Amino acid sequence: MIQKELKNFTLNFGPQHPAAHGVLRLVLEMNGEVVDRADPHIGLLHRGTEKLIEYKTFMQALPYFDRLDYVSMMCQEHAYSLAIEKLLNAEVPLRGQYIRVLFSEITRLLNHLLALTTHAMDVGALTPFLWAFEERERLMEFYERVSGARLHAAYVRPGGVSQDLPHSLCEDIYQFAQSFGSRIDEMEELLTANRIWKQRLVNIGVVTRQEALDWGFTGVMLRGSGVEWDLRKSQPYDVYDRMDFDIPVGTRGDCYDRYLIRVEEMRQSLRIISQCLNQIPDGPFKTDDYKLSPPSRTDMKESMEALIHHFKLYTEGFHVPKGETYTSVEAPKGEFGVYLVSDGTNRPYRCKIRAPGFYHLQGLDFMSRYHMLADVVTIIGTQDIVFGEVDR
Amino acid sequence: MKSFLHNLMLTVPGLVQEIHVQKNEGTIIVEPENVKEILTFLRDHTSCQYKLLIELCGADYPSKERRFEVVYELLSVSSNARIRVKTRVDEYKGVSSVTSIFSNAGWAEREAWDLYGIFFQDHPDLRRILTDYGFEGYPLRKDFPLSGFTEVRYDESNKRVIYEPLEMPQEFRSFDLQSPWNPLVHTEDKS
Repeated sequence: MIQKELKNFTLNFGPQHPAAHGVLRLVLEMNGEVVDRADPHIGLLHRGTEKLIEYKTFMQALPYFDRLDYVSMMCQEHAYSLAIEKLLNAEVPLRGQYIRVLFSEITRLLNHLLALTTHAMDVGALTPFLWAFEERERLMEFYERVSGARLHAAYVRPGGVSQDLPHSLCEDIYQFAQSFGSRIDEMEELLTANRIWKQRLVNIGVVTRQEALDWGFTGVMLRGSGVEWDLRKSQPYDVYDRMDFDIPVGTRGDCYDRYLIRVEEMRQSLRIISQCLNQIPDGPFKTDDYKLSPPSRTDMKESMEALIHHFKLYTEGFHVPKGETYTSVEAPKGEFGVYLVSDGTNRPYRCKIRAPGFYHLQGLDFMSRYHMLADVVTIIGTQDIVFGEVDR
Repeated sequence: MKSFLHNLMLTVPGLVQEIHVQKNEGTIIVEPENVKEILTFLRDHTSCQYKLLIELCGADYPSKERRFEVVYELLSVSSNARIRVKTRVDEYKGVSSVTSIFSNAGWAEREAWDLYGIFFQDHPDLRRILTDYGFEGYPLRKDFPLSGFTEVRYDESNKRVIYEPLEMPQEFRSFDLQSPWNPLVHTEDKS
């Protein structure tokens, strides 16, 4: 018998593919319909954020953080602001901290709504996507009311937040939080027990505890594999230590577990939101140190000193003492960290952005090995990849 | 943190050069040839258990003798602690790859190679990662201009995107707004 030599088939997936969640180019080595090796080519959305930040003042660099992971904007501003505050030894008033936590959780809802429902759409269920985007619209309205922008808010600033909450916003968020639980229920009715959804997710993309640690997974990807690790609990920042919430943890480490964790995290976010709304104190929302945060508009018109401070802040910016820090937050996708080096001037010397998605996408190769081609789409979905942060 | 670093220095004699603690963040500095040993030790020793490589990145200090710093940021999930390991290398002599210790170092090292040109010995697949196919130069080095050297446009006659040398209608402007006076900064460290 003649031995026929079998050659694997190389398949190019993306960069323009609706299931690639952006500009992912995957070179897949296929053995029939089974994936032997996946080689993600990234960098198609590389904008040189880290280089640009080195040429901006600390304040001017802040809006770049909105544009990294463009579905969890405020969490990233939060990480950057915390890093600067750490280097400056600045303190944030309590109300400012509550507002930040409140909006971090709103951001988590925004992100998980997108992550879950686009994942469902990739797998074939369109309805949750349509429903969830209606809710996202309402959440982005909160963003707009507080900062003027629906997406790129630049709201969390070093020293606090840029503006106080507008009148009656808290009531509206409360109303939303009251009704949102049943929106999650509706979405769960469509998905959680759905036969097709389970067939596509259960036992797909299994990550063991050991693998998750080895590949640097954080956030849901780590918790899905049974590691109870959440920076909001273990290394709390701002007022997270006052919040009462639970960390959902998976047992099997497959895509379905991670789906369930994300759903539960949304419910826990609702708990945190209502606690914030109940506890939020009156008072200043940003530090009154004019060397760091600008004086109010009315002050500026009346006081010479305030005018000078305002001018200096928006031209020269503030100086950050020499030093370096790695500060991270629990962004919806995982640990988002900023390694910030300051040389004592008004510009960052080095700002390295630790994007969770970068390390998750690296794990795509081992996660999709010996899975079918269609499961690659499921795994990309469960990793919750956004290319703004992967490519930076 | 400080006592832990001191103990670490005594447990692995000769490997740790310097220790720093700033803002409750511990940093140890090691020679490039000892990186693998120290990271293995930090990962596996029972009192360390730094199982997660959170971050690996380069940094450029052109004025120093060995201009690059490679920074490893480790996290221990079991003891809820972080540590930073740093090493200094130059353009020619790299540092050995730690992909055999932490699998996720693969892309991180590719990124440091791509953006700084730091060479990692024994890396299984040291290709560029973030920049374009066929890109030349190391963009995050301090001597690389912000604007780069080339620009791209779609060429109608070739029917494809082509690279051209950069032409700027206006000179690149750098605003140096730093005042000659020492600005007031917060200096006291409360931690």
